[in-house]
Amino acid sequence: MGRKLLLEKAHVEGIRTYEVYRREGGYRSVEKALKSMSPDAIVEEVKKSGLRGRGGAGFPTGMKWSFLAKPEGVPRYLVCNADESEPGTFKDRYLMEFIPHLLIEGMIVSSFALGSNRSYIYIRGEYAWITDILEQAIEEAKANGWLGKNILGSGYDLELYVQRGAGAYICGEETALIESLEGKRGNPRIKPPFPAIKGLWDCPTVVNNVETIAAVVPIVNDGGEEYAKIGAGKSTGTKLISACGNINKPGVYEIDMTISVEEFIYSDEYCGGIANGKRLKACIPGGSSVPILPANLLLKTAKGETRYMNYESLSDGGFATGSMMGSGGFIVLDEDQCVVKNTYTLARFYRHESCGQCSPCREGTGWMEKILLNIEQGRGKMSDIDLLWDIQRKIEGNTICPLGDAAAWPVAAAIRHFRDEFEWHVNNPDECTKRNYGLAHYADPIYVPA
Amino acid sequence: MTMIRFNDKQEAEFQRLVSRYPEGKQKSALLPVLHLAQDSFGGWLSSEVMDYVADRLSIKPIEVYEVATFYTMYNLKPIGKYLFEVCQTGPCMLRGSDDIIAYIGEKLGIKPGQTTEDGMFTLKTVECLGACGYAPMMQLGKFYREHLTKEKVDQIIEECRRNAAANN
Amino acid sequence: MSEQLLKVTIDNITVEVPAGTTILQAARKIGGDVAPPAMCYYSKLQGSGGKCRTCLVEVSKGSEKDPRPMPKLVASCRTTIMDGMEVKNITSDRVLDARKGVVEFLLINHPLDCPVCDQAGECHLQDLSYEHGAAGTRYEFQRRTFKKHDLGDYIQLHMTRCILCYRCVFTADQLTKTREHGVLDRGDHAEIATFIEKNLQNDFIGNVIDVCPVGALTDKTFRFKNRVWFTKPVDAHRDCDTCCGEVQLWMRGHEVFRVTARKDEWGEVKESTKGGTGWICNTCRFEKKQVSDWEIEGPTKVNRHSVISQGHYVGLQKPEETMPKVMDGRSPKLLMDIHSVSEVNKPNIELSKLDRPAHSTDFNQ
Ligand SMILES: Cc1cc2nc3c(=O)[nH]c(=O)nc-3n(C[C@H](O)[C@H](O)[C@H](O)COP(=O)(O)O)c2cc1C
Ligand code: SF4
Ligand code: SF4
Ligand code: FES
Ligand code: FES
Repeated sequence: MGRKLLLEKAHVEGIRTYEVYRREGGYRSVEKALKSMSPDAIVEEVKKSGLRGRGGAGFPTGMKWSFLAKPEGVPRYLVCNADESEPGTFKDRYLMEFIPHLLIEGMIVSSFALGSNRSYIYIRGEYAWITDILEQAIEEAKANGWLGKNILGSGYDLELYVQRGAGAYICGEETALIESLEGKRGNPRIKPPFPAIKGLWDCPTVVNNVETIAAVVPIVNDGGEEYAKIGAGKSTGTKLISACGNINKPGVYEIDMTISVEEFIYSDEYCGGIANGKRLKACIPGGSSVPILPANLLLKTAKGETRYMNYESLSDGGFATGSMMGSGGFIVLDEDQCVVKNTYTLARFYRHESCGQCSPCREGTGWMEKILLNIEQGRGKMSDIDLLWDIQRKIEGNTICPLGDAAAWPVAAAIRHFRDEFEWHVNNPDECTKRNYGLAHYADPIYVPA
Repeated sequence: MTMIRFNDKQEAEFQRLVSRYPEGKQKSALLPVLHLAQDSFGGWLSSEVMDYVADRLSIKPIEVYEVATFYTMYNLKPIGKYLFEVCQTGPCMLRGSDDIIAYIGEKLGIKPGQTTEDGMFTLKTVECLGACGYAPMMQLGKFYREHLTKEKVDQIIEECRRNAAANN
Repeated sequence: MSEQLLKVTIDNITVEVPAGTTILQAARKIGGDVAPPAMCYYSKLQGSGGKCRTCLVEVSKGSEKDPRPMPKLVASCRTTIMDGMEVKNITSDRVLDARKGVVEFLLINHPLDCPVCDQAGECHLQDLSYEHGAAGTRYEFQRRTFKKHDLGDYIQLHMTRCILCYRCVFTADQLTKTREHGVLDRGDHAEIATFIEKNLQNDFIGNVIDVCPVGALTDKTFRFKNRVWFTKPVDAHRDCDTCCGEVQLWMRGHEVFRVTARKDEWGEVKESTKGGTGWICNTCRFEKKQVSDWEIEGPTKVNRHSVISQGHYVGLQKPEETMPKVMDGRSPKLLMDIHSVSEVNKPNIELSKLDRPAHSTDFNQ
């Protein structure tokens, strides 16, 4: 059983309320930080912890924090990214819904470390009831002196607000999020300047994922070195994985990043195996934008080594034979699923979510969606597969923000690993509308627990 | 036509929303205020409502239109009393969302994007709502309805009809 | 304090420019083909650029201090140079390949109605597709269509032709006093707002026509909808209270067909000779269509962005339309029929409804 840092108390009866949360040791980190630590010392602990951003890119949080510009007389802001809209990802929701005070606590400590006196949690608009939960938690925290003026007599002031989005995946991109928070369209900004220099209302700003902020709490409580002892290599600490698709136990799991992918899928502690006694065909291990992997490459790397649930191992082999940890959205496909159809729905998603600012993404995502639909419905041509490849290649890397890449990668990986399935659709136009490509040669050997 | 104006309770909420930003940054309240306006004035944003919001935040109407048309949660047309927003993205599709969408459509006699003639139900397909592990799912009002089955869909439709009848 | 000059090498040519200069500006200083094409950037509009991605270049050396190449292609219009930076534009296969992709993206939903488009001959997208486009289209779907909008008596909007460069938005925002113009919706359905007519009280709104790189915003008062290359541009001015009054008249014989601002070799509105900006007001643009309204200075020196630049048509009275000749002997690489010899445009034909290239017969109804 792996160690839990974030969700350990998530199921304590009444943990959503301040009293229970506090009784279980909540807000200790704020006491410690405000009474005995300097902001820089906290940044130092976060650096030592090796914590990497949990929003998808995996950028070292301590380093990000140290980049924040600190010009005299200019306010700085911390914004928590709770936009969570990457298909397959629903971990932040779980954390906020069940243990909201953990995020509030993390926001207070992190705001103190960064010198923000006014911080925001930007939450996706659809999570309306979670907004209420968070606002309730903020009220309670404020009533108990953890927010507001002169917190714990330290002279530090902080106001914390929850801002609701209104339906736009792109607002998860940090500069689009800032635009949206300013009451504008969610068009990503052209960088540089980066938010650390010019962010919210043109002031220096740090944007961090919910899970990242929450992880600061155990780091401050136990020290960065303690945190870094958990996990493997540069994948320190614990990670929330939201598992979905054709598995027996979809849900959110906090893992120690030393477990293998195989264990994660098949053990009863986690996904509990493939649903309905089926076999594993493929998996998108880090949210819809990371490359899909066929079963054989998922469980073992190209070198034949065991693949683990951590940043390094999941990306082993690069895009040719590996994937990414991404946001931790773990999507499993069983042997009956159609990769072409799955890729089509993702392409539709990215077309729907493109902000439309730059031409490769605006035009390319729609084009890919149309071709994929044709292939999926048996109207495709062989040359369409190469055309798709070429389109994704011309989007990738050529756009303003990484949504272009996010739209290109799933298409590229699907063609790379499942080209025969695309070809089968082209060659069997009548059949492919009636049944799925049923060859199970991607599927793993049926797992026998040791 | 009644005048578009927040009532006292809505006005209090409006004041709370605009107070959350530094001086001169009240435009930042636009998204939350549009949510409030949509909830206050019949579930959608008419151009009169948008102009009212622009006026209240002292910004140009175009700034409101630009934003209202960008985000999917703002309805620019009237919708049914109950809006079924069913997710159709990959993870939900893998768990049978297509069948659920078809079933709801059949049951209500409408296609995605349409509203029933009695103005009771609108069916809409949406992209991932962050409930992939509880698929298939839909959003109904403020809350999510998850792990949908045909039976559950029947119950939900029943429940809506009952509630509508009780409110009349 | 003397301004420090930084060295930058673009396509093996080195120039010195002040700090803060973008790669695109530096390349324009060198000129010719070294200057990347720019469909959205407009030096006189703050915040413009970065969107169309036609100006992507490869930075093969970051700077003297940090010589590492940049991994991705960058938008030259929004990337400032560093001392010792080395940039590849037309000497980079990656750039040419990406640019070809961008041009294709810009064209897949663009109606192939050049034969009836007012902008034909001075359209930057047309230039771009000749220079960088592929032969034929690989796009086999219905092109995007929009509801038609009427913007009033002065400005014609063809939304299907819009490439969402946002220039008109910046123009309306920065030149007129109240902001009424913006972009609605998102993604591939995004469209420019149609509240411009309200903006017509704004003296300078007509400039959106001059900044539009394609034929999405055109002049409704352009008399007889003449193809530009049948008209002859002359420089002229008048005393105007509102603007600099320095314009280009597009004439045929002694008739003024159209009035525009004067443009430089990059297709941008020139500075006024009196100093200050060269934007012109609505009165000069839309109302003054008599030769007697103007003091004529002489034929405009034409620039590379105009078909007239070839000189074949200056002073020509009788239409003789052969695109290859205009394009300096190059044939169109695009699969579109530009050869309809029609003296008078028929703008009412909705060519975007065709899902194949337009033929001259389509205009004979
Ligand atoms: C299209 C797009 C969508 C994104 N969505 C999210 C999101 O929903 N939540 C999130 O935390 N980060 C998201 N990100 C990443 C953010 O831009 C940013 O890197 C992150 O919030 C930084 O926080 P971290 O360092 O704590 O991970 C997204 C990025 C892109 C390009
Ligand atoms: S890549 Fe897509 S989402 Fe990102 S800025 Fe460009 S159009 Fe917008
Ligand atoms: S109308 Fe013209 S200027 Fe305006 S965004 Fe479209 S292409 Fe650009
Ligand atoms: S895919 Fe349906 S909620 Fe995520
Ligand atoms: S001109 Fe640089 S991106 Fe358009």
